[in-house]
Amino acid sequence: MKRLSWFYLLTLVVFLLPQVFPDNYYVTVVGVFAAFHIILAVSLNLLMGYCGQISLGHAAFFGLGAYSSAILTTRYGFDPWLAMFSGMLIVFVIANLIARPILKLKGHYLAMATLGFGIIVHIILVQTEALTGGPDGLGEIPGLSIFGWAVDSDVRWYYVSAMCALVVVLLSLNLISSRSGRAIRAVHGSEFAAQMMGINTRKTKVTVFVFSAVLASFAGSLFAHQQNFVSPDSFSFFFSIELVTMVVLGGMASTYGAVFGAILLTFLPELLVVFEDYEMLIYGAILMMVMIFMPQGLFIGLGDKIKQLSLKWRNQYSSERIGPS
Amino acid sequence: MSEYVLQFLISGITVGSIYALVGLGFTIIYNASDVINFAQGEFVMIGAMSAVTFSVAGTPLIIAIIMAMLVTVLIGFALNLFAIKPAKGASVVTTIIITIGASIFLRGAALLIWGKDFYSLPAFSGEQPIHIAGATILPQNLWVLGMTVILVSAVLLFFKYTLLGKAVLACSCNSTAAQLVGINVGKMMLLSYGISAMLGALAGVLIVPITFTSYDAGVMLGLKGFSAAILGGIGNPIGAVVGGLLLGILESLGAGFISSGYKDAIAFGIILLVLFIRPSGLLGRTTQERV
Amino acid sequence: MRINLVKFLSATALCAFLLLSSQTQAGDTIKIGSFLAVTGGASFLGDPELKTLQMYIDEINQKGGVLGKKIELIHYDTGGSPKKAVKFIKRLVKKDRVDLVIGGSTSGTTMAVAPLIEKFKIPMISLAGSIKIVEPTQKWLFKVPHTDRMAAEKVFQDMKKRGFTKVALISGNGGFDKSGRAQSLALAPKYGIEIVADESYGNKDTDMTAQLTKIRATDAQTILNFGFGKAPAIVTKNIKQLGISLPIYQSHGVASKKYLELSGAAANGVRLPAAAIVVADELADDDIQKQIASRYKKQYEAKFDQVSSFGAHAYDALMITVEAIKRADSLDKKAVRNEIEKTHNYIGAGGIFNMSADDHMGLKEDSFKLLEVVDGRWQIVN
Repeated sequence: MKRLSWFYLLTLVVFLLPQVFPDNYYVTVVGVFAAFHIILAVSLNLLMGYCGQISLGHAAFFGLGAYSSAILTTRYGFDPWLAMFSGMLIVFVIANLIARPILKLKGHYLAMATLGFGIIVHIILVQTEALTGGPDGLGEIPGLSIFGWAVDSDVRWYYVSAMCALVVVLLSLNLISSRSGRAIRAVHGSEFAAQMMGINTRKTKVTVFVFSAVLASFAGSLFAHQQNFVSPDSFSFFFSIELVTMVVLGGMASTYGAVFGAILLTFLPELLVVFEDYEMLIYGAILMMVMIFMPQGLFIGLGDKIKQLSLKWRNQYSSERIGPS
Repeated sequence: MSEYVLQFLISGITVGSIYALVGLGFTIIYNASDVINFAQGEFVMIGAMSAVTFSVAGTPLIIAIIMAMLVTVLIGFALNLFAIKPAKGASVVTTIIITIGASIFLRGAALLIWGKDFYSLPAFSGEQPIHIAGATILPQNLWVLGMTVILVSAVLLFFKYTLLGKAVLACSCNSTAAQLVGINVGKMMLLSYGISAMLGALAGVLIVPITFTSYDAGVMLGLKGFSAAILGGIGNPIGAVVGGLLLGILESLGAGFISSGYKDAIAFGIILLVLFIRPSGLLGRTTQERV
Repeated sequence: MRINLVKFLSATALCAFLLLSSQTQAGDTIKIGSFLAVTGGASFLGDPELKTLQMYIDEINQKGGVLGKKIELIHYDTGGSPKKAVKFIKRLVKKDRVDLVIGGSTSGTTMAVAPLIEKFKIPMISLAGSIKIVEPTQKWLFKVPHTDRMAAEKVFQDMKKRGFTKVALISGNGGFDKSGRAQSLALAPKYGIEIVADESYGNKDTDMTAQLTKIRATDAQTILNFGFGKAPAIVTKNIKQLGISLPIYQSHGVASKKYLELSGAAANGVRLPAAAIVVADELADDDIQKQIASRYKKQYEAKFDQVSSFGAHAYDALMITVEAIKRADSLDKKAVRNEIEKTHNYIGAGGIFNMSADDHMGLKEDSFKLLEVVDGRWQIVN
């Protein structure tokens, strides 16, 4: 179980955090956002990092899940869990429908197609006012309750969302180290070679695409019930780009990298908020500099830097020992 | 409704030529370096904003435009030198994030320099609409169309017939081979960013009397320009123009005949359909995957 | 080995950060929190609002503050995003521990936080337009800008007076636009008006001639454009370009000099409802609002650029708050809320406010003036 030892440590830290810092805005409010972003980033990383397919429309699946939950609970009186499941089912169907034609595309064309898909979904959310409430959004979404235990405070939402995020992380870790995971990574490495090895690349790509979409939908439903309010604004292509940034910044093809990127990009705006008008400038500068100096992502990049530093220390230490007496 | 087709087409071509110019900028940088420069829209915005600033400060329009182009070209050089070049060898996705970061950075800078207001320039030849067979077009639209034709031709001639142009193309084919035959790849990259920036600035200046500008005006234009370039086949300058015009026309016809609320959705839907049928865009080279 | 170290250091950094942030600030100030759309698509709302709040809080503090305490403004920029608004409201209440909130530049951001305001039991004065904010009335939520329904009423009243019965509607895809459109569609029959066209555009679009061509083909007698930002200026110019000679009505979203600047000569003849602040200089000397409106306009324009009615709403919200705190003689949230509700005959830059338990807005549509553009300047229509 050594492979998962760091995962268990992460779980421990996550559960202890609100106990050590009670009623802390950053833990219970921003932390919940971080959890949602983790689910989204990890799911996107499966598609982009491991499977190598660029998607600039991930926010659309997030939005479809959120709005399914919102509409089914407020307008049709569904039970929240049933609505969430229905949302995931709807996204499952939609993702399957578009996956086949879209995944024939490569590189920038795939990026464009996913971007286009995201924009179309966003426009539909804005325009079908009678159903979605239009640009001003849909409110009064009921909260969640788990077998009678109502998730009605920030702390409770922290634990629920954190647990969901950890489950998704675990799923991703297990998937990647499995046979299917190796198939996925083979597709990224070289689709042609993977086909030669007997991997059904089309089926692999479609499966990953649909799986990541359904995970995003799950996050969307959680989001809707936590905010009690949804509006198209949260599901625009800007957010899709933000998610891609989280994955890349953290380090692609690394589940922990995606987690790191999600946490970082959730907390960074909180820190930059003090800079007011300078916030955008500094945010852009940070993005550029991180990617220029650590192109493999912050997670691996920082790790390498630390490794270098620790090697330097060790060499210094050992040379002191061997040095002239 | 069919007697209004002409007006819809004219409106579409007007908007489309703007997209074409922006798309052309994407194509040039892509041709030189395989990078999609998401800050291209910001070149358009900076060109327009600078021109307004210089013009308001009292310089005659022509001088203001030239100075605005210079400013934008310098920014293009800076982008290449400080953001793209240091990240040489990075993966495609990493470079995309760098240009996205640059786009946010430039927008943040524009926010600080010019604030959140909208700005405009006076139209170059007045605002008297011209009537053609029941449809109207503004003189400024003719400027945009005319300049697009001239610029596109110039770009095509540059890449096809001049040594410098061919050198730039060589860099994108295989930069090692280009270096071996003596091409200074770094300088070629710089040049292509400069040309793209210049095109963007010109596009910005041309359209600002019609569309006005603000610190975030580059975002939508960048997005549509990118779509135009992809629709036409990324890497093909004529493709960018065809893609841009087609996108504009689809939007206009969609608004006119189907629904103005969904016109963008219709346009993007058609782009998706085109890509499904022709995965390399309308005029794109079908790439061969080397195994 | 390297992954462990990164994790360890991140965890340490996170802990340090949380430790530092959990220290609450003590102080003897009145904390007013605000979340406004200072950047983004609604920045022409949030930017003047923030500037106004900062300017007048400084002025009040220089004169000694309120109840002997200085006012401290804690503000966040939502960029118009309701998701950020929800986050910032929690930050304002839980971390910054504010006494009162002025904010929500847009209806979307306001409605997103409304349930939280009720839950946190903190008074909030919204600066957004939609009537949904005060109808049905919620205990802790107030607003000062005129509602979109009032704008539509004012416009339709004038249309009826001029004998128009067929109106073409064109609006954008923003919250303000859609809300105004919904109100217009609902109210038109009351004035015997038929909406013969209902076109829309994207707020970032650069050409609306296709939609206007369709409108030209109908038997509309006048065009109503419910929108804001730069798009209505493009609509106005396109109308002129297409040679459509129908009278144009705009909404209070463009009651600004910038709209006149961008539209140029095409704006002549346009009518719209606006708060008195926009024409402060043209008000009759005996108009009750003249003094406050002129003073605000002069002070704002001396420091910043042209005045807008949105900044004026922030001014009114702040002043109503200050008056309520004075009357309550305490910062107890319930007491302040009660006093806000008792605001009576308060002369503001936007109108004369009379709030009550059923009316958390306080203005009637007579506080809107109807303006017409004549020779590039606003003129009051009687």
